[in-house]
Amino acid sequence: MTATNIRLDVPRRRRSFAPYALLIPTVVVLVLAMGYPLVWQLITSLQQFGLAQQFGQPAPFVGLGNYIRLATDPYLWTVVGRSLLFCFACAAVTMLIGTLLALLMRAVPAAIRIMLQIALLLAWAMPVVAAMTVWTWLFDWHRGVVNWVLSAMGLPFQQHNWLQNPLSFFAVAAIIVVWMSVPFVAFSIFAGLTQVPEEVLEAAQMDGATPSQRFWRITVPIIRPVISIVLLLQIIWDLRVFTQIKVLQDSGSIASETNLLGTYIYQLGAGSSDFGTASAVSIFVLILTIALSGFYVRSMLKEDTA
Amino acid sequence: MKRALELKGTRRVAATPAPRKLRFRGTRLVLSLVGIVVALVWFFPVYWMLNSSLLSNVVLTSNAPSFFPVGGSFDNFASVFQGGSFLPALGMSVVIAVVVVAVCLLFAFLAAVAISRFRFRGRTSFVLAILFVQMLPAEGLFIAQYKLMSSVNLLNSVLGISILYIAAVVPFTIWMLRGFVAGIPADLEEAAMVDGLSRTQAFLRITFPLLAPGLVASGVYAFLQSWNEFTVALVVLQDQSSQTLPLWLRGFIQASASKAIDWGQVMAASTLVAIPVIIFFLLVQGRMTSGLVGGAVKG
Repeated sequence: MTATNIRLDVPRRRRSFAPYALLIPTVVVLVLAMGYPLVWQLITSLQQFGLAQQFGQPAPFVGLGNYIRLATDPYLWTVVGRSLLFCFACAAVTMLIGTLLALLMRAVPAAIRIMLQIALLLAWAMPVVAAMTVWTWLFDWHRGVVNWVLSAMGLPFQQHNWLQNPLSFFAVAAIIVVWMSVPFVAFSIFAGLTQVPEEVLEAAQMDGATPSQRFWRITVPIIRPVISIVLLLQIIWDLRVFTQIKVLQDSGSIASETNLLGTYIYQLGAGSSDFGTASAVSIFVLILTIALSGFYVRSMLKEDTA
Repeated sequence: MKRALELKGTRRVAATPAPRKLRFRGTRLVLSLVGIVVALVWFFPVYWMLNSSLLSNVVLTSNAPSFFPVGGSFDNFASVFQGGSFLPALGMSVVIAVVVVAVCLLFAFLAAVAISRFRFRGRTSFVLAILFVQMLPAEGLFIAQYKLMSSVNLLNSVLGISILYIAAVVPFTIWMLRGFVAGIPADLEEAAMVDGLSRTQAFLRITFPLLAPGLVASGVYAFLQSWNEFTVALVVLQDQSSQTLPLWLRGFIQASASKAIDWGQVMAASTLVAIPVIIFFLLVQGRMTSGLVGGAVKG
């Protein structure tokens, strides 16, 4: 009985419909919730789709009209430039602080390392909207503790409204984004650092390599794969900050001066029902993300075949 | 070679032991202090949430902030529960999370078995597709998803948002589970069948227990994603009556733009939203890191 059982199993493994059947639920839900909207969006981005179409009028086909209009719209380029600048600034600061904290965790005694790890984990675990309410409270113009501390230090920050001026709005947003993103970077790089063999570092030290030489010539090359993946993820994630910007805008600032790509799409689509233009900007964001993700996906794929 | 280095090293250390050790101790002390300061800075916002949640509005609106919850109470938490809008939002969030976790685990498990146990045509394309889908930003699709949901009358419904969440979460869940399934040798199941168990029995008694940690980790991941999600919910759940906890919290911030609000209550509300997340997150943190950075970190 057992022998036949096994023999029956062999062809099943070689070629069968089983794997396809197992994939059906996933494929169906992905096609439904992502594939269909994606196609709709592609088509709509080639149409004039506004309020009138919301009420059932047919949408005229305008070809690349939406794209051309957007490409010549200085406001879009302002938003794109702003988004890229914000993204790179946040990613750079996050990487720098994250790497320094990872190195710091290696250098301090265990008790302090655990303290640091707990603090970082708590910041990382905070749900984004809950974190946003806390930060708005911290930066509250009237009773916020940030203004109180700065005023106590003799600086002119009494009743200072941080969110009114776009520049300080983005500074606050950047602080929040960095606060939230550093833990992931620090933990990943810390995990990478544990892979640097102790003996190699010691050997280099005995051969007279200075600490900075040891860091740049031995540690960095070994943890380079971690650094590049983490940096890439930061860029991709920081390019699409939506919640933080949206919630800060809600707490009282001028949206048009503080829009990034995500909030701009939201404003176009949900605000002014200009679905054609919203779709065109969305497609632009998707293409940007896919281009950036290519490298990440390739390195994950390598792991899959390994 | 290595031995020679060691010898050379010992000699040099022996020659100058004292100053080196002192300098080392000095920097270690400075670094420890830096570590403590950084830990406090990072912890402060979380502390401030807890602190404010325990203080009354009278204390919070006084001229100087109170840094410790002296004389605090749980009154703010009580008023959150009595406010009437918290429990419906909590219910909505819980129902959506349960649906998303259950369906996601089932779908992801099936797909993970397919890609880790079978080699079939289209496998690489599928893996590629889920990796890319996982990277797609919600902001790039949410307007179209809103139109889809409104055209099938699923706006403001648990079913509608759950479908969108499942699609967003299932790719990474498959990726996480794949490693666990691949880690269980197929021979084990076959050996059990040789010993007289049926295929189902073999699966339930042998494979499933080994898979449990993976299912827990991916389940928690799915829970966190659906519990914290804001962007898609904002467009798909626009009715007050169908809002989830993140949308409910955002309502307070919106109100703060135009009027003085009771920050103690908002902080109590935020604490209530954050606590389950923090507990679950601490359980699976390690797995999520290694899942995201993949082969770059082995350990």
